Amino acid sequence: MNTKKPLVSINNVVKHFDISGGLLDQLSFKGGKIRYEKTTVKAVNDISLFVNRGETLSVVGESGCGKSTLARVIMGLYPPNSGQVLYDGQRIDNLSHNQWLPFRKKMQMIFQDPYASLNPRKTVRQTLEEPLRFHNPRLTSTQVNDKIAEVVEQVGVDPVWITRYPHEFSGGQRQRISIARGLILDPEFIVADEPVSALDVSIQAQILNLLMELAEKRNLTYLFITHDLSVVNHISTRVAVLYLGTLCELACAHDLFCEPRHPYTRALISAIPKVGEKKAKHIRLKGEVPTPVFLPRGCVFHGRCVYANDRCTREVPELMELSNGGFVACHAVEENRSME
Amino acid sequence: MSHLLEVRDLEVKFALRSGDITAIDGIDFTLDQGERLGIVGESGAGKSVTGFSIINLISKPGFISRGSIYFEGNKISDYSDSQMRTIRGNRISMIFQDPMMTLNPVFTIGFQMIETLRAHKKISKSDARAIALEKLKKVQIPSPEERLDQYPHELSGGMRQRIIIAISLLVNPAIIIADEPTTALDVTIQAEIMDLLQQLCETEKMGLILITHDLGVVSQVTEKIAVMYAGKIIEFGPTDQVVHSPVHPYTTGLIGSIPGSTAPGEKLLQIPGMMPTLSNIPEGCAFNPRCDLCEPICTRKTPPLEKKQNGTMAACHIKD
Repeated sequence: MNTKKPLVSINNVVKHFDISGGLLDQLSFKGGKIRYEKTTVKAVNDISLFVNRGETLSVVGESGCGKSTLARVIMGLYPPNSGQVLYDGQRIDNLSHNQWLPFRKKMQMIFQDPYASLNPRKTVRQTLEEPLRFHNPRLTSTQVNDKIAEVVEQVGVDPVWITRYPHEFSGGQRQRISIARGLILDPEFIVADEPVSALDVSIQAQILNLLMELAEKRNLTYLFITHDLSVVNHISTRVAVLYLGTLCELACAHDLFCEPRHPYTRALISAIPKVGEKKAKHIRLKGEVPTPVFLPRGCVFHGRCVYANDRCTREVPELMELSNGGFVACHAVEENRSME
Repeated sequence: MSHLLEVRDLEVKFALRSGDITAIDGIDFTLDQGERLGIVGESGAGKSVTGFSIINLISKPGFISRGSIYFEGNKISDYSDSQMRTIRGNRISMIFQDPMMTLNPVFTIGFQMIETLRAHKKISKSDARAIALEKLKKVQIPSPEERLDQYPHELSGGMRQRIIIAISLLVNPAIIIADEPTTALDVTIQAEIMDLLQQLCETEKMGLILITHDLGVVSQVTEKIAVMYAGKIIEFGPTDQVVHSPVHPYTTGLIGSIPGSTAPGEKLLQIPGMMPTLSNIPEGCAFNPRCDLCEPICTRKTPPLEKKQNGTMAACHIKD
């Protein structure tokens, strides 16, 4: 699979947010001197990964690990502080607004909360019509109508309902409409940011089935952001595990779930509650997630890792390739420390 | 009366301008000392209302229209507000989903714990502080002395939920009702909180009512499960039976729709449609429009909750 050219790849992307506020907030008095200090949230730190055409790459991690920031950097909604984002071999992170337009057609996003992501004052038809007309100004009304009807039907919403407003639909139906909006421009690449987290289990299954079905029909490539690991196992080709803005492990879904290598991934996977399984021993982590304002030195995970030693507190682990094609950034794995 | 808690034929209605709607439609269950019961269902099934009605916290326009609740043999559904106050937060505590909403942001943890204790018991501040400290240790909070003087915003979500559990333990309750206690937390923290709750139930001989939409969590922690749909319990029984050999098509569907119950990449079992709104519950079995096995009788007669062959109680005409 690696012989194919990746559809999207990001190289050494860094995204920090300045939260220090105004000038006066940045000044502090220390040791008899006035100091000028900026406080930044280090949301994404030097992440590199690629998404192959036709695959579903899931990005998982706990809240605050930088999953959504990464998605937004890829979509061009946040400019990265450094690093590159490439789409089909072409660099897109430094494009102007106008240069972005052709890529917007190919890359679309689906958001978590279908209550917040749909404009309450627009009917379904208006919501779907706007991007279509904007990107294809030459379409006739009939073509527009046909396209809307086609997409709406594909996502399982009755075309009769397109004159209604979002509040008239249930959560699941709204998420279908958001998906329809994502699909209306016939994109190749879809970033789905927690698309099923706000939905009930039975509705979640409907939407996941729909997403998998659409991927097959339209040959879509997904970047799937979620914190729900059982969803990830079900739909992904490969999985990237993030911790504090750093990529810990990237592997084929099957390998990752059967044989997680990074201590964080192991803890994460052991914590998934499974139906009908009596309590399996889950791996307990020490302490709590540090704030992304003051990142730990060395491996970001060392403070919570039971296998950490001196080297982990000093040296940042490099991402290294494993024999099964996965990648992991961990000194313990590299040195073959016993992890029982 | 042998049970610690007994809910009999409970019906809760909400008086709306358009008429009364029934949120809970005649449910029965019991809880014994040290027993862990899970109530599962999707949003709007009536899980939380069940929890609230036990400690009489249903706010207007909701009201208990029928049925009775017995706690330690006393009919607490007839209690006045002041009588209820001796039970609520004292003998029966409740833990909510969002720990940030439950803690008061302008008071320290210690203040809030001492206040709670002194509301229920006549004790000195220093004694109360000692008890608070002991409970914080019990929920395994690192450096508990420091936490007493901290404000809620200084703590992480998992830590806050531990504080809430410590507060609910202050007065040694007989029952804890936990309403989606880990929904707002990450998986690793969720696993820790669940371990803690289970362990506390065992050591303190507390009853637990765990209200959640997550069947995975419920099946690991509880001994009995009640599955709710549109205000009714549609299946009730020992956790193993409900999870491994469910009778009701809704329970089967619910378990099948969890990713992980089918092979990766396969189509998930899905229940068509969605739960009816409470003002518009179909005639007969409320699940009939979404059920594959629906027969004419299902649209006419409401199935009673009855003993089935697999050892659970289920409300279904078709399956045994």
